[in-house]
Amino acid sequence: MFAYVIRRLFVGVIMLLVMSLVTFLLFFAGPLDPARFACGKNCSEAQQAQTSKALGFDKSPVVQWSDFVKGVVTGRQFPDDPALRKAAPKLVTDCPTGCLGYSVVSTSTVNKEFKEAIPVSVSIAIFAFIMWIIGGVLFGVIAALFKGRLLDRGIVGIALVFFAFPTFFIGQLFLQFVAIKWRVFEVPDYMSIAEGGIGAWAYNLLLPAFTLALFYMAGYVRMTRAFVLESMGEDYLRTARAKGVRQSRVLFKHALRAALTPLVTMAGLDFASLLGGAIITETVFNFNGLGKLAVVAVNTYDLPTLVGLVILLATFVILANIVVDILYAVIDPRVRVG
Amino acid sequence: MSSSTPTLAQGVGTGAGASGTPFLSVRDLKVHFPTPDGVVKATDGLSFGLERGRTLGIVGESGSGKSVSSSTILGLHRGSRAMVSGEILLDGTDLLSLSDEEMRLRRGREVSMIFQDPLSAMHPYYTVGNQIAEAYRVHNDVNRKQARARAIEMLDRVGIPQPDRRVDDYPHQYSGGMRQRAMIAMGLINDPGLLIADEPTTALDVTVQAQILDLLQDLQKEFNSAIVIITHDLGVVAEMADEVLVMYAGRCVEYGPTKQILTNPEMPYTWGLLSSVPDVTGDTDARLVPIPGNPPSLLNPPTGCAFHPRCTYRDKVPGSLCTTDLPELTPAKSGGFHVRRCHLPDPAAVYAEEVVPEMQADMTGEPIEETEK
Amino acid sequence: MSTTSAAPKHARPSGSGVEPILSVEDLQMYFPVKSRGVIRRTIGHVQAVDGVSFEVPKGGSLGLVGESGCGKSTTGRLITRLYKPTGGSIGFEGEDIAGFSPRQLMPLRREIQMIFQDPATSLNPRHTVGQIIGAPLVIHKITGKDGVMPRVKELLEIVGLNPEHVNRYPHEFSGGQRQRIGIARALTLQPKLLVADEPVSALDVSIQAQVINLLQDLQREFDIAFLFIAHDLAIVRHFCPEIAVMYLGKIVEVADRESLYTRPLHPYTQALLSAVPDVRQAAVGGRRERIRLQGDVPSPINPPSGCRFRTRCPIAKDVCAKVEPPLMQVGPRHKVACHFAGELGHHPAVPVTGIDVEGAATGGTVVESAGPGFEDTWLDLSTGQRTGA
Repeated sequence: MFAYVIRRLFVGVIMLLVMSLVTFLLFFAGPLDPARFACGKNCSEAQQAQTSKALGFDKSPVVQWSDFVKGVVTGRQFPDDPALRKAAPKLVTDCPTGCLGYSVVSTSTVNKEFKEAIPVSVSIAIFAFIMWIIGGVLFGVIAALFKGRLLDRGIVGIALVFFAFPTFFIGQLFLQFVAIKWRVFEVPDYMSIAEGGIGAWAYNLLLPAFTLALFYMAGYVRMTRAFVLESMGEDYLRTARAKGVRQSRVLFKHALRAALTPLVTMAGLDFASLLGGAIITETVFNFNGLGKLAVVAVNTYDLPTLVGLVILLATFVILANIVVDILYAVIDPRVRVG
Repeated sequence: MSSSTPTLAQGVGTGAGASGTPFLSVRDLKVHFPTPDGVVKATDGLSFGLERGRTLGIVGESGSGKSVSSSTILGLHRGSRAMVSGEILLDGTDLLSLSDEEMRLRRGREVSMIFQDPLSAMHPYYTVGNQIAEAYRVHNDVNRKQARARAIEMLDRVGIPQPDRRVDDYPHQYSGGMRQRAMIAMGLINDPGLLIADEPTTALDVTVQAQILDLLQDLQKEFNSAIVIITHDLGVVAEMADEVLVMYAGRCVEYGPTKQILTNPEMPYTWGLLSSVPDVTGDTDARLVPIPGNPPSLLNPPTGCAFHPRCTYRDKVPGSLCTTDLPELTPAKSGGFHVRRCHLPDPAAVYAEEVVPEMQADMTGEPIEETEK
Repeated sequence: MSTTSAAPKHARPSGSGVEPILSVEDLQMYFPVKSRGVIRRTIGHVQAVDGVSFEVPKGGSLGLVGESGCGKSTTGRLITRLYKPTGGSIGFEGEDIAGFSPRQLMPLRREIQMIFQDPATSLNPRHTVGQIIGAPLVIHKITGKDGVMPRVKELLEIVGLNPEHVNRYPHEFSGGQRQRIGIARALTLQPKLLVADEPVSALDVSIQAQVINLLQDLQREFDIAFLFIAHDLAIVRHFCPEIAVMYLGKIVEVADRESLYTRPLHPYTQALLSAVPDVRQAAVGGRRERIRLQGDVPSPINPPSGCRFRTRCPIAKDVCAKVEPPLMQVGPRHKVACHFAGELGHHPAVPVTGIDVEGAATGGTVVESAGPGFEDTWLDLSTGQRTGA
């Protein structure tokens, strides 16, 4: 198992390298010069060239990429100019090992941006994840149990509605009515545990997380239902019944365990991609998470932030994949490495 | 439709005699499934009886209703849309009149079942021992340790080497034959009076099949259980069964002692089954005599005798009786409790004069053991 | 290991029957087993097929029997070159196709076709019967677009299906009819060799006979050679005049059916035959004694040394673990690989393979494995001398 994880991590690192390179190449394939954005509106040709040089945009994408990789490994300085460092050390930003770049737009290192945004996105993701897994599996199992009856059709129908409605619509609905008009909730505003304690943290997350969870829950209800029904048709469930095992035990010990395997895969990957930021939800509720950061970065042509986001999200997905595979082996002995 | 069958069921079952109903007595069992296209009559008026210590072979092709009937005995139809009528008396109790909970308590303790494909019949995520022990714990108030000890004991009994070690293996770590042994251990752990084996050796190799059949016979002697073995393989029936019931399109078409059925069958479908199987000792130049056509749809079975569209002897029946009237199960010429469902005035004569000569070539081949010894 | 077939290792004696269409020599298929370390190395091989030689005569049929995992299906897939063998030669009409590239194989795909076990899964459910059967014609550009339909209808008629059903989908047919569709597809290009892998084992008993009869008719009518792979000994015997028995990747006995079924010389063949339930025997009185084989087939990753059957063999001796018995010819059309080959109950006490019980060569000649075909002289087991017809 250990060797397997090492091998997977190794492959993951190579994938990250390739992805970051592709991101760099794609970015410079575009018609826009990133220096124009960095330099500001009233920027002369000379100023633009100077900015370009200061930020390293004049170098070829591959060189920039190798600088980036070097930054991740050993850290770097912005701008990387020994003369300037001597003359005005305050103008040079130091970015230690693990450096993901420097955003001119926000005038800080990408790492610093992430440091503020990650807790927000992770909080929403965890909260939503817990809600949708519990709700999705619960309603999915109920629907499967009452297959074809009214309860089943009701659950599946409602799930379809939530699945079909766009998240921004549901989010706006909550925000406008539940929070603003009816004042059931205060308008949520992210508060870290350090600032307001667990209560305030959870309270503020409730609405955005629920918005997000509803969408995923709808999908998980349908999937759980399908997987449970599929495993109900398995021969080994018939065997369990033939042994005289109680129906409830047949369902929870025998059927659900088998249905869990595909769910774990889906859940792991969904959770990972959510860690990288829920773009729409964060924008609707104005939470400064990774998703909103991404929106801003795209609008401002903020290359370093975008590259950082791509790498971060890819890392989440790769790690989640490895975790899912390990979980697989825990659930299914046939996959277990001898 | 088959008004005579209840009395018939009482008469059959060799051990029944005057002592009343046999250990297992199925009377006029009907299992119908309503579908949007109509009612599927999977089993339509099935009756038979079986004593402890004896084996009944139910033979038929896919869709003949043999598996449906047996899982109904176990009560596995409960919770589905199946409409069941008739009687299934096990040791005097009508299983169909029991509540779901009462039936559940009998499953695995008084009736148990082993299935065709032991790989898919075992849960892939639990150890073999765990699954066998579960069957024991459901019906006995024992702790985990005792159940495990009992599982090891049963694994040992069915011939799994190093049972105390293999008990913790998962099903995929067993070979096909060992899995079926483990299934048998699971089925017999509560010493049930009735064991239903649904195609227990179909998925296995010949040498393994021989091992499993031997094991079943040994265990039957030891536990004195009644066995219903469901199969399409007449060879398995010939080796295992005391009595044979041939099913076609949800109905019993011939029923009697194994030897009678195999030597003096009186129903064209049984003839077809016998003549379409090549034999390891037969003449190789002889052509197989297949049954023409395909098995019928249970949704829309043929009128009259369900076998008539495939029957090559129906011109010997006066008029169009075969296409209009369902023949009753009537006693065969050979006597005993051998019955068959056929309009032919004298099927025994047709068999002797026409069917046997056609198979003759097959019969003249030298029996294998004469040269082996 | 010969790579060219131009000069076969074993010269064909004249008059040994029909010219073979398929001559397989020393065929070998090892599937690598990878380690689970950080760097995956090949740590072993599944020896699925290990040194198999046989011949299929033109228009004739050879049966390949054995239990699951014996390598019979792998052999079938090697012949159709769905796999590339790791060793040995496959002589098809005088050409060694074992090393052919996919491009070279293209014309060959017309000559060698395959029928699969499960007609339900081997037919594309989204294609009509006409498309399925006509596909080979289109792929190989045999006929123009107009020529496809008439040929498809003709084929449907040959296999006993209604030609008007060309536009139906596979699920509209029963299992037996689907197998007929599979057969029609295999016949489309008028192959010279059909590899039939368990063609009837998924079918109902009454349908099996129909399909077997159909295959026999087709063989006679179109002069197609068959490699008939099955586990059902009675069906193989019925279909094939010559049968090879496989165990754990090797052929242990091959003979004409009369010899094999009435005078089997290998203890495995004897056990296999005795395990087959016999309807008629049981009907007239009891069943015959079985030879009970203990345990399971060993793993093909680490097969037993010497003779692979020795771990379950009732007559195994020490020498069986030391020396692998050659597949030697012991009759006009009978080969067996056993040191103590003999009829049931009459196995000799000393090896017949020219070695002593310790495995050392005795004064006589050490018997070597025969080639794919049969020769004019053979080892007479009763005298220990080479004799001829």
